[in-house]
Amino acid sequence: MLSRTADHLYWMARYIERAENMARVLDVTYNMSLVPNAAESEAALWLPALEISGNVEAYERDYFQRDNDEYTAAGVIHYLAMDENNPSSIYNSLRSARENAHAVRVAMTSETWENINALWLEFSQFIGQDLAKNGLREFCDWVKARSHLFRGVCFGTMLRDDAFSFVRLGTFIERADNTARLLDVKYHLLLPEQEEIGGAVDYYEWSAVLRSVSAFQAYQKIYSDTIEPWRVAELLVLRRDMPRSLHACFDEITPILEQLSGARTTECKRMAGELHAKLRFGKMRDIFQHGLHEFLDEFVKSNNKLGAEIHKTFFSIAT
Amino acid sequence: MQKSTPTFFDEMQLNAANSNMPDVRQIYTAYQHWLNSIPRDLLDSKRQEAEVLFRRVGITFNVYGEDDGAERLIPFDVVPRILAAQEWSKLSAGAIQRVRALNMFLHDIYHQQEIIRAGIVPASILSHSQYRPEMFGVDVPQQIYAHIAGIDLVRTSESQFYVLEDNLRTPSGVSYMLEDRKMMMRLFPELFRRYSIAPVDHYPQVLLKNLRAVAQAGVHEPTVVVLSPGAYNSAYFEHAFLAQQMGVELVEGPDLFVRNNAVYMRTTQGPQRVDVIYRRIDDDYLDPLVFNANSMLGVPGLLSVYRNGGVTLANAVGTGVADDKSTYIHVPAMIKFYLGEEPLLENVPTYELSKADDLAYTLGNLAELVVKEVQGSGGYGMLVGPAASKKELENFKQRIIANPTNYIAQPTLALSTCPTLVEAGIAPRHVDLRPFVLSGKTVTLVPGALCRVAMKEGSLVVNSSQGGGTKDTWVLQEEHQEVQKQMPDVRGKVETNIEVATC
Repeated sequence: MLSRTADHLYWMARYIERAENMARVLDVTYNMSLVPNAAESEAALWLPALEISGNVEAYERDYFQRDNDEYTAAGVIHYLAMDENNPSSIYNSLRSARENAHAVRVAMTSETWENINALWLEFSQFIGQDLAKNGLREFCDWVKARSHLFRGVCFGTMLRDDAFSFVRLGTFIERADNTARLLDVKYHLLLPEQEEIGGAVDYYEWSAVLRSVSAFQAYQKIYSDTIEPWRVAELLVLRRDMPRSLHACFDEITPILEQLSGARTTECKRMAGELHAKLRFGKMRDIFQHGLHEFLDEFVKSNNKLGAEIHKTFFSIAT
Repeated sequence: MQKSTPTFFDEMQLNAANSNMPDVRQIYTAYQHWLNSIPRDLLDSKRQEAEVLFRRVGITFNVYGEDDGAERLIPFDVVPRILAAQEWSKLSAGAIQRVRALNMFLHDIYHQQEIIRAGIVPASILSHSQYRPEMFGVDVPQQIYAHIAGIDLVRTSESQFYVLEDNLRTPSGVSYMLEDRKMMMRLFPELFRRYSIAPVDHYPQVLLKNLRAVAQAGVHEPTVVVLSPGAYNSAYFEHAFLAQQMGVELVEGPDLFVRNNAVYMRTTQGPQRVDVIYRRIDDDYLDPLVFNANSMLGVPGLLSVYRNGGVTLANAVGTGVADDKSTYIHVPAMIKFYLGEEPLLENVPTYELSKADDLAYTLGNLAELVVKEVQGSGGYGMLVGPAASKKELENFKQRIIANPTNYIAQPTLALSTCPTLVEAGIAPRHVDLRPFVLSGKTVTLVPGALCRVAMKEGSLVVNSSQGGGTKDTWVLQEEHQEVQKQMPDVRGKVETNIEVATC
């Protein structure tokens, strides 16, 4: 298929996934702010949401003057959901997804295209709404539902050809990145207070992390025990049956890259295989000894490098 | 005070002006019957439904100079234009005849130029800006230049149709013919049971077959692509639509490159050879090495490969010389010259302002005439005499005097009207008709056309860039007309002749 087409399809899927993950972060953060025992300040609650998206400085530049140098719920919600100047706001992610889809509407089924186009048309109903005051839950639910719908319509209608593979590839590269960042920010924050593990606040924190990746019920089912940080980490890093875990993402990515590379020896295929092996054969104890933060940080970097390599191999063909 | 309105032929009613007892034309009787049977606000709610659906599907066009949020819908009218089978067979035979002659003319003008030697077309045509000397002596496969031609027709009475112009460069609008039909079938399935309407949706398949047929000799499985200027072009929807319907790649200039006298596209598996390019980019932007050097849309080196026969372009380069308004006047003579036939479709009587007599007449009767720029298109740069103010007339007069060869004039035609849903209800609005003629091994057209409608009361300008809308065009199948006479309110499905016969 055309390199440009593959490029657009891949990014369309990445942006939809990015929007979904952002909605998840907003949703759980908002829920935590409703917990009466959460003895945290508004700032301590909302700063991590910014850290996950990696845009703390830009936020401070644009919002601190207005909010007396504080991280406020209203500010962070607006920044992450609707801000046109924040490249990774949900607004911009969905807009970019739609623009990428529009550029290659031919390469997808009409159902897929209409789905994304309808998503963008529906989005306008939220513009101008003060989500921090009300409607944030509905908004986040809507984003998640549209993302589910997007994957479903791709899965249910697209021919199993390279176009489909690039869409899936985009989804899982982005998801792996998002899960790793989420876990890293949360773990990093909780680590200094290890002695308090097991407390009520802690429980809410970790259950929120789990809920943000739809893993709360899975955790209960698998461990039927109190929520322990190391188990949460295991669930989200190494468990291949957990659909948003790093391992599960690479269970998808590796075969896709093998198939797309065909007989060619490509660097991206090798890199994916290497990362995949770490997740398949790695042990949680070793990861903790090495430092979970170091592990996740390295993972995010490797995943980015893999993304760059995918570009080089498939999207920018030298003539 | 209203001006006295001239009477126009109406597609539905024989004497629309005398509205007490409108005499509905036979082909519209079943429609009229249906119209009487539905709630008053049904049409409007269907129109709104169509708008929502068109927006969801993204059947939009971009307006130049507005930001990318400004994707607009072309107004879609829910009242169909209906043509009888006999009407259609005349029109289609005439359009086919015309396109055959035009293709022969294009071959001739870029080879022996016999028509010039015969004194039918003046030699000055060779200095015309749309004449491409680069094409002289170049042989194109099957000698086809205009693979896709849009012939604009207007009607002034029951029996009188005129060809308003030929579109041989990159005619657009066929996606509306197809999408309007799909929409009508969705909105009004019951009407499709009452009428037996010739289907049009095989158009992309015919187009693909033709495009494959014009690949270079010896290529067995030709790769066809659609070349678009990209997502911000006003007709992008149509480019995408046709590529998708034909199952071929939609490419943009930067996706293609030239190597060793061949054109390739950049794919995820490496370069892939391209054999036929259905290009929706004007000549001027095709190849920055030959034409407009600043073009980012084209492919450097494309023309050289094309001239050497390494790739086929549809339409060919240089067709503009044949659809120009100064060439238009010669088309009837061309038909006689190349085909030895009498033209089946008439031209609109046209004054050439390069001729002293015609110029004098035009300047003296400007208020009754339509004056067009020889090379203008899209309804820009034209004067509609009866609708112009004194000042506009005077301004235009000065422009004509300054450069008379740049203009032609025609009588203001009493374009037929067709009932159209507007705010006040159903009212007559002026329409034209653009069937698309496809040339491959044979010259054909699907039984349908783009019907454009001027949504403004009294307006004769139907171009979408000037606020025109579209209608579905129904070409009735022969056997159906009998059915209607016998039973204006068909109860069940009329699917087969047998069922009809037993009723």
